[in-house]
Amino acid sequence: MADLRVTFTTTLLKRAETDPRLAVVVSDSVSSSKLGAFQKAFPSKIYNVGIAEQNLVGFASGLAAVGFIPWACAATCFLSYRSLEQIKNDVVYSYHPVRLVGNTSGVDYGPLGTTHHSLEDLGTLRSLADLTLFIPADHRELAEAMDYFFVSDTPAYLRLYRGDIPRDLSMPGSFQLGQVRVLREGNHCTVFANGRMVHYALQASDLLHSQGLSVGVVNVSCLNPLDEKTIAETAQHAPCVVTLEEHSVKGGLGGAICEVLSEYHPLPVKRIGFPKGHSIPGPPGDLLRHYGLTPEPVAEKIRAFAEPILQGTLFSHKGVHHG
Amino acid sequence: MDAPIHGDKELYQLQTQAWQSRLRALEMGTRAGIGHIAHDFSCLDILTVLYFKIMRINPENPSWEERDRFVLSKGHSVGALYVTLAARGFFPLSWLATYQGFNTRLPGHPDRKTVPGIEHNTGALGHGFSVAVGMAAGLYDHNRKNNIVPHVYVLLGDGELQEGSNWEAAMLGAHLQLSNLTAIVDRNGLQQGNFTEETVRLESLRAKWESFGWATLGCNGHDFADLVQAFNESSTSDNQPQVIIAKTIKGCGVGFMENQTSWHHRIPTQEEFSEACKEIKKNLALQKGFING
Repeated sequence: MADLRVTFTTTLLKRAETDPRLAVVVSDSVSSSKLGAFQKAFPSKIYNVGIAEQNLVGFASGLAAVGFIPWACAATCFLSYRSLEQIKNDVVYSYHPVRLVGNTSGVDYGPLGTTHHSLEDLGTLRSLADLTLFIPADHRELAEAMDYFFVSDTPAYLRLYRGDIPRDLSMPGSFQLGQVRVLREGNHCTVFANGRMVHYALQASDLLHSQGLSVGVVNVSCLNPLDEKTIAETAQHAPCVVTLEEHSVKGGLGGAICEVLSEYHPLPVKRIGFPKGHSIPGPPGDLLRHYGLTPEPVAEKIRAFAEPILQGTLFSHKGVHHG
Repeated sequence: MDAPIHGDKELYQLQTQAWQSRLRALEMGTRAGIGHIAHDFSCLDILTVLYFKIMRINPENPSWEERDRFVLSKGHSVGALYVTLAARGFFPLSWLATYQGFNTRLPGHPDRKTVPGIEHNTGALGHGFSVAVGMAAGLYDHNRKNNIVPHVYVLLGDGELQEGSNWEAAMLGAHLQLSNLTAIVDRNGLQQGNFTEETVRLESLRAKWESFGWATLGCNGHDFADLVQAFNESSTSDNQPQVIIAKTIKGCGVGFMENQTSWHHRIPTQEEFSEACKEIKKNLALQKGFING
């Protein structure tokens, strides 16, 4: 386990030695992005625009317009909210290869409160169809994805976390843009998760296995483009689906999965995440426990949701039959 | 407007071109039934000087790496940019007939993916300046060992300066000492609903820019000698970005449109169109007569 930012900066540093197109842009966010070593090694490749996130994104777009692939790094809460119109117009509509890196996501800034929490960013940005949205589940996936983003021409947003993230979840295959990875198959319920929650979903699946429930786990690390085909096919292996994310249950992964399944394979879906955008302050781990987003309560929520469906009793009072 | 006719051959060629472009912009906007004609007239002389005199560009190779860049931050004046780019040879004049039509290449705000010569998409105010600062920084750092560093020009509306993001960009441009960056403020004094000074006061505008660390110049945005001199002077700084505050007249060239809030995005009636054409053509004829004579 380690902080994702370590792999992020290490991978950037290595690439910068040989890539003349690579540039980094920060908004007084060198320390929060763990870019101190990069700044020391490549002072000419890093631009600090000051505490000015609109300027951060516009400036990065200008760099991209003249041939660079800039990595604009800032706290997720400011990058994705303050700069939304710049992201829409200057990055996505103008279609420049800017990498927007939100490096403290979800409730990583826990005690600092709602202003610093990012629980609606994916729901908002997901509606920008041409913006690649990537949420790594482990360090290996982040490093593999960065190799792709070093050369790709598509605009992209990377949602990174601070704190402990698994180095390698031993996922099958390697990162491929717009492809989900099925980590575990199950015939009682399928959990679609992303980011830090993929590890928790695996742990919850283990707990439920000991209780006799077979729960599959799928890592949806790309929300845009979304692997609709595999999601719909995988969901057919079990009679119900759970989504799990460190994000509001509105509009993010849960919303995306519901959209796909309602079109291609309707079935009951339970969305697990933050119940609304405004979360209470507190240490991140305590907040995840408070909102039931650690493996044990997640397992209990899955069980409570899946069992009535498996027994054919869900909605039975409404006369809805689930075989 | 009774414009002076320049005695210098190059200047009156520029002036003639600008009158020709005014006529095209008027016809284009009236045909489309939508647009910002008065805004186009405010900045047309500035664009004409930039594209026909100042900027290092190659219409036959719009993506030439060493070219100077122009960003129209006040994207609603795109009509002026389209007629200028077409006249300069970036695309056929025939495209102008499609202005703001269904699925056109020439929408009401610039789109770099559909129009050769457009460097960046704009339309929402307060965006182009930050982009231009990024372009200038990238071009400067990439080319500083070369003899020629491409220059970046960005045209800002005066009302647009009420968007705070501009001042983030102004601070940064000065901090980075971007001598290859010139901002031009189209200072016509009007915004959509009223005069700028009665909406949210901008003055003292020059003092504001100076306090942000910019080399500042003022000029008459409709006097070609003045404009050329301002652009030439602005390129002499070696450690400062420059701003030219160009005093302009919204609707310049058509008397009844000039300096009128009501012409923010109004389209002429057939009678008004005829009258406007008459006035522009009179000036154009005077120009051509002068050239031929």
